[in-house]
Amino acid sequence: MTEQKKRTTIVLFSGDYDKAMAAYIIANGAAAYDHEVTIFHTFWGLNALRKEEMVPVKKGFLEKMFGKMMPRGADKMGLSKMNFAGMGPKMIKNVMKKHNALTLPQLIEMAQEQDVKLVACTMTMDLLGLQEKELLDNIEYAGVAAYLADAEDGNVSLFI
Amino acid sequence: MKIDHVLDAKGLACPMPIVKTKKAMDTLTTGQVLEVQTTDKGAKSDLTAWAKSTGHELIDFKEEGSTFIFYIQKG
Repeated sequence: MTEQKKRTTIVLFSGDYDKAMAAYIIANGAAAYDHEVTIFHTFWGLNALRKEEMVPVKKGFLEKMFGKMMPRGADKMGLSKMNFAGMGPKMIKNVMKKHNALTLPQLIEMAQEQDVKLVACTMTMDLLGLQEKELLDNIEYAGVAAYLADAEDGNVSLFI
Repeated sequence: MKIDHVLDAKGLACPMPIVKTKKAMDTLTTGQVLEVQTTDKGAKSDLTAWAKSTGHELIDFKEEGSTFIFYIQKG
């Protein structure tokens, strides 16, 4: 096919498990629609890209605190509603298992398999004190201009 | 009707039926027919819309108990 593929761009701003799930379900669906898909992670959405294991990196005091307070990886994220200090995610993961729904880490893996472009916003990485080594492999690093370049000829564009 | 490939997507939840259908479709050539079996209640609208926008043709659809069966011809 020589014709230009359609494009979906999603800004994932939220660090909530449920909202990130919605973003990744749409991204996977769009990839199945043969769209070129980009998820641009900024602010709390960056936590979806964090590796689960502790990565030793040099940081200042504030950055260290931020790193400790934020969820380390997609599986540790809380719910936007009914989080109940961490009980909510446990319950919903149980229900998801029953319904055979993919978990967020599985959805992220599936997105990578489908060549969804995962982008981390470098400016907010600096603000939150996150470094490249702490984030998943095979992602891209960019700023607002790269996002706009993808979004300006986008057919679907979402902010979650 | 000649069926070239059968995809069992039973028990899978959104968005898996559509993702698997796309993957299976990629292995076929134009004119070949894919049978998709699914139990996801949203699949009827999903697969119909998907086939339309990706240039394939939904040639038949039936329900057997709680299973939905689609026949999609690659465009």
